[in-house]
Amino acid sequence: MRFRFTQEQHQFRQEVSEFLRQEMSPEYETVFGTFSEDKYWFSRDLFRRLAERRWLTVGWPEEYGGGGKTFLEQSILDEQIGYHKVQRVGITGINFAGPAIIKFGTPEQKARYLPPIARGDAEYCQGFTEPDAGSDLASLQMRAEADGDHFVLNGSKMFTSYYAHADFIYLLARTDPDAPKHRGISLFIVEMDTPGISTRPLPYINGEVAAQTFFDNVRVSRSCLVGQENQGWYHAMTTLDYERAGLERYARVRRTFDDFVEFCKDAGLRGDAVARHKLARVKVGLEGWAALCWKVAWMQSRGEVPNAEASIAFLYGTQQRLYFAQEAMEILGKLGTLTPECDAAPIQGAIEGLSRESMHMHGAGTMEIHRNIIAQRGLGLPR
Amino acid sequence: MDLSLNESQEMLRRTAREFLEANCPTTLVRELEDSAEGYSPELWQQMAELGWLGLSLPVEHSGIGGDAVDQLVLSSEMGRALLPSPYLTSSIACGRLLELSGSPSQKSDMLPLLAQGRLIMSLALDEEAGGCSTKVTKGDDRNSLNGVKSFVPFAISSDILICVAGGPEDGGISLLLLSPNADGVSIEPLASIAGYPQARVEFNDIEVTHEMILGEDMDGGLNLEPALEWATLVQCGEMVGRGRKILEMVIDYAKTRVQFGRPIGTFQAIQHQLADLRVAVDAAELLAYRAACSMSEGRDCSEEIALAKAAADEMSRMSTVVGHGVYAGISYTVEHDMQLYSARNRLAEAEGGGTFRQLENIRRAMGL
Repeated sequence: MRFRFTQEQHQFRQEVSEFLRQEMSPEYETVFGTFSEDKYWFSRDLFRRLAERRWLTVGWPEEYGGGGKTFLEQSILDEQIGYHKVQRVGITGINFAGPAIIKFGTPEQKARYLPPIARGDAEYCQGFTEPDAGSDLASLQMRAEADGDHFVLNGSKMFTSYYAHADFIYLLARTDPDAPKHRGISLFIVEMDTPGISTRPLPYINGEVAAQTFFDNVRVSRSCLVGQENQGWYHAMTTLDYERAGLERYARVRRTFDDFVEFCKDAGLRGDAVARHKLARVKVGLEGWAALCWKVAWMQSRGEVPNAEASIAFLYGTQQRLYFAQEAMEILGKLGTLTPECDAAPIQGAIEGLSRESMHMHGAGTMEIHRNIIAQRGLGLPR
Repeated sequence: MDLSLNESQEMLRRTAREFLEANCPTTLVRELEDSAEGYSPELWQQMAELGWLGLSLPVEHSGIGGDAVDQLVLSSEMGRALLPSPYLTSSIACGRLLELSGSPSQKSDMLPLLAQGRLIMSLALDEEAGGCSTKVTKGDDRNSLNGVKSFVPFAISSDILICVAGGPEDGGISLLLLSPNADGVSIEPLASIAGYPQARVEFNDIEVTHEMILGEDMDGGLNLEPALEWATLVQCGEMVGRGRKILEMVIDYAKTRVQFGRPIGTFQAIQHQLADLRVAVDAAELLAYRAACSMSEGRDCSEEIALAKAAADEMSRMSTVVGHGVYAGISYTVEHDMQLYSARNRLAEAEGGGTFRQLENIRRAMGL
């Protein structure tokens, strides 16, 4: 058993860290709650430069523009991006759409879609959730009706993050309304500027802006269908396992914690018995979260499919992030209510931002859905 | 990164599980709770023959020379089986103290006997008021030991006690080897949930001779902290093994217990409690193995051990609540095994200074 990285992985981590340290400057940093258009485009440009080094898709096979390494290296990259406060850009292309095309796509689709992702040139958003299909995702209603060489899409998608910058939407739509719900769904990649697509902005409490996306008789070529018709649910679930480790999410929180500990020292809380015990207790949770994330990445690197394990890491992370936010807010008192725009806010308002971000307890499934997955798939409890 | 056990560790786990399932059923655990010795000398001898008593003791002193990961594998199985034995105090805490502080002749005299199960040692460390008021004081013609130690595990079953005492120099810590039958030593049993005999041991004006001192001179105390950390890590292994066993037991029960016409395991209210416990056990286990890896690679792991123990404590408390909560009424009876697990959980949570001490160690490592 060994928890450490190989010498090579360690070196990769150092190189990425060094690169990001040099490239990042404070005005472009975002931890929580300080998103901006400028920072977004700075990150996009940074991603292109990561791509030039073949780091952006370091875990993809080389033939598709990847670095030919494993999920561990991809997770190291994710971790470093989060830790260095790089504002998020969409990861749907790198982590979901790309891997789905690699696994299920035709040679033409691979040639068309993969190189732009690997170069950092294409932004993807995801169209899974609908107004009436959240936890019960497989009940989604958006229709994709076959019409000769085309499909016609009608319906709407919720919580479309990165919609404003996305070139493509990676979506699930119902192709057979008469089949059992899981067996009538197909997977598509659709260009966002296709006529008939419109959006209604949906600002989030963390400062990001997502959208509800409407599809009104959107005609797309059959070549947009990924994998087999009516197998989309299974294709999508298979590729969801590609990005389940969640190191970026962890590292962003960890950076906030590390910064907050330094703040507490400077603020004279070094000797405060209550505050320092709270921080020590938070650290226990964060270290456990990290270990669970790396376990998932390690399993993926061995070709195993983490299923309950991914939900375990996700659920624990959600809980520990929330716990940290609550404890930090309690330590800060009213200072914790100052937003990032306020120059009196401790550590650039990251704790206040975190406390909003920690209400995001539903990503990749609500906590209850993750518990169901753990109980039913991990523990074998009956449905 | 490789989070799997190697072949010999897998084999150790299988062997230990099979052996303990066959030889340490809960009927035996209950029997030993009521016995004076608190352990089975026969089982102890078999453990010696299996190489367990010297698993992590050095090869040159008849040990197996296994690393911390090997030890966690074995200790998880011991925790799982609720194995009543002086293993943790004798082989682990005293074994490591002896290895780190003992003079060459003390090591070659005693370590092989420990590994062979012919010598049982117990660490007299804790005191009821906390701290260490037990002291070696300098007299005109002799040094003498006075004080009262408590929570001494298996004191009456052991051959040698290692008493942790302050002095004789200011700030010094001495480690003294004594027979529990020596003149001036009196032992009084403590009623506790331990499931094995714990005692209050009084040392009354005992002359400290040169042979009693562990180590070349009076600096044995320098190695106390690493030995205690080692015992804490091994304790985490036992806790994780016990937590996983509770989880398995409760899953089985939830699948078969029928109420409202269906197994209670179909209810989300039950499923979610078990899911939360699984998460806590996984996290505690990973942190324990991470610390063990650091230790076997020779890196500083003090903080990692504190993190592991704090996580294990929390998991342990949760496993008690989930276990009794899901089993409900039946687990409130003495005849049900759940109470055997929860009693040991509660003692283990208090070991190593409890969660409070771990948080102190963690915050200190963080520079707070």
